[in-house]
Amino acid sequence: MGSGGVQFFFEFTERDLLILAEGAKLTLIISSLAIVGGTILGGLFGWLLSIGGRVGAITLGWVLDIFRSVPPIVQLVLFVNFFPIIGFPLDAAEAGTLVLMMYCSALVAQVARAGIEAVPKTTRWAGRSLGMSYWQDLRYVVLPIGLRAVLPSWTGVALGVLKDSALVSVLKAGELMQVSQEMITRTQQPFLILGIAGLFYFALSFPIARLTEHLERRWQHD
Amino acid sequence: MIEITDLQKSYGNLEVLRGINLTVRRGEVISIIGASGSGKSTLLYCVNGLETIQGGKIEVDGIDVHARGTDLNKLRQRLGMVFQQWNAFPHLTALENVALAPRIVRGLSKADSRAVAEKQLVHVGLGDKLEVYPSKLSGGQQQRLAIARALAMEPDYMLFDEATSALDPELVGEVLDTIRLLAEEGMTMIVVTHEMGFARDVSDKVAYFDEGQVEEIGPPDQIFGAPHSEKTKRFLAKVR
Repeated sequence: MGSGGVQFFFEFTERDLLILAEGAKLTLIISSLAIVGGTILGGLFGWLLSIGGRVGAITLGWVLDIFRSVPPIVQLVLFVNFFPIIGFPLDAAEAGTLVLMMYCSALVAQVARAGIEAVPKTTRWAGRSLGMSYWQDLRYVVLPIGLRAVLPSWTGVALGVLKDSALVSVLKAGELMQVSQEMITRTQQPFLILGIAGLFYFALSFPIARLTEHLERRWQHD
Repeated sequence: MIEITDLQKSYGNLEVLRGINLTVRRGEVISIIGASGSGKSTLLYCVNGLETIQGGKIEVDGIDVHARGTDLNKLRQRLGMVFQQWNAFPHLTALENVALAPRIVRGLSKADSRAVAEKQLVHVGLGDKLEVYPSKLSGGQQQRLAIARALAMEPDYMLFDEATSALDPELVGEVLDTIRLLAEEGMTMIVVTHEMGFARDVSDKVAYFDEGQVEEIGPPDQIFGAPHSEKTKRFLAKVR
């Protein structure tokens, strides 16, 4: 390549690192919203499943099964086109967050249902026999016991959703994965850039894993 | 006073209680004996409204347990219950187990609820286990913890559902001693039990349940010494 020729490829610079960091920030925002929102919704759905019996299983359970079973990448492409049709044009990041949140809630719903069912009926009766209301029993007996039972499963879901946020790149949302891919095209340095992207994903996952570890240690005596 | 009149309870087609009549006066200890499946435990669950009923009536101090509009949460505070499985809340220390309901149900302050809890744990002989988690307690200690937890609500009645059946034999004594202590203090109790010697010792009345009915009820000397019913005789001959 001569000095006067057309330059097709560009060096990886410090500025590119900042661009990747920006992408990681958006990944963090998308994943956090999806995980927090999905956990709250999923907890609610799980509770509904636990009290819903057959009716709950064939209505809500069925809808959640769709979200659980269809690959998130398919959901993303379907829904980003669906929102404008029903009159809510969303940008790629917003649509991606919503879809991931629903996907997360469908996974968390099963975890939450399992957590509620992990509390023996007689333990709940013990709470009720002391005069606790249904909600007090749920808050002070079922929640803490169930949470301890399913924390590892929840962690798996949360880490999965964080990594699945890379799929939002198909919507050109500008999150970490998409930024990386564009940069690879530009610089032709896939190992370096994917290596850095991988480090960013690790840095985002690490706190979740550590938090879980910390809680598990604190709850060990139970 | 607990007054049970013509109580009917069934699960689907299975009739568990078929017309139970039973009266428990203040200060009385009534033991219920009978084979497994005779409806003894179900009766207790009906008394504090954990189970619905299909017919008849249960009144606690004149309050119809299963009437619409009865505040069961309030009523249950007066009916302490101890289950076969000891059911300690595993995520709380012994003290927190006992203090929880007084704080969130009775509305005591944190300090007051802990004081009440400590008093009751000392009462059942667990004064040295306040900060211990249930997983570190023996079955007998966990069952005494459950008794302290129920007592902390200052109930007027205690219902014991086979409180010693799930325990290793060497741990049965300490729990029975605790229940006996309550009897001596004048607590009104319904005790479902397989411990015949214990039933004979502490009860004012013993009721023998057979297939969802009260086959025979009377003072311990009658039931264990000279039962009127052939079925009672046969049952006692088998368990002794």
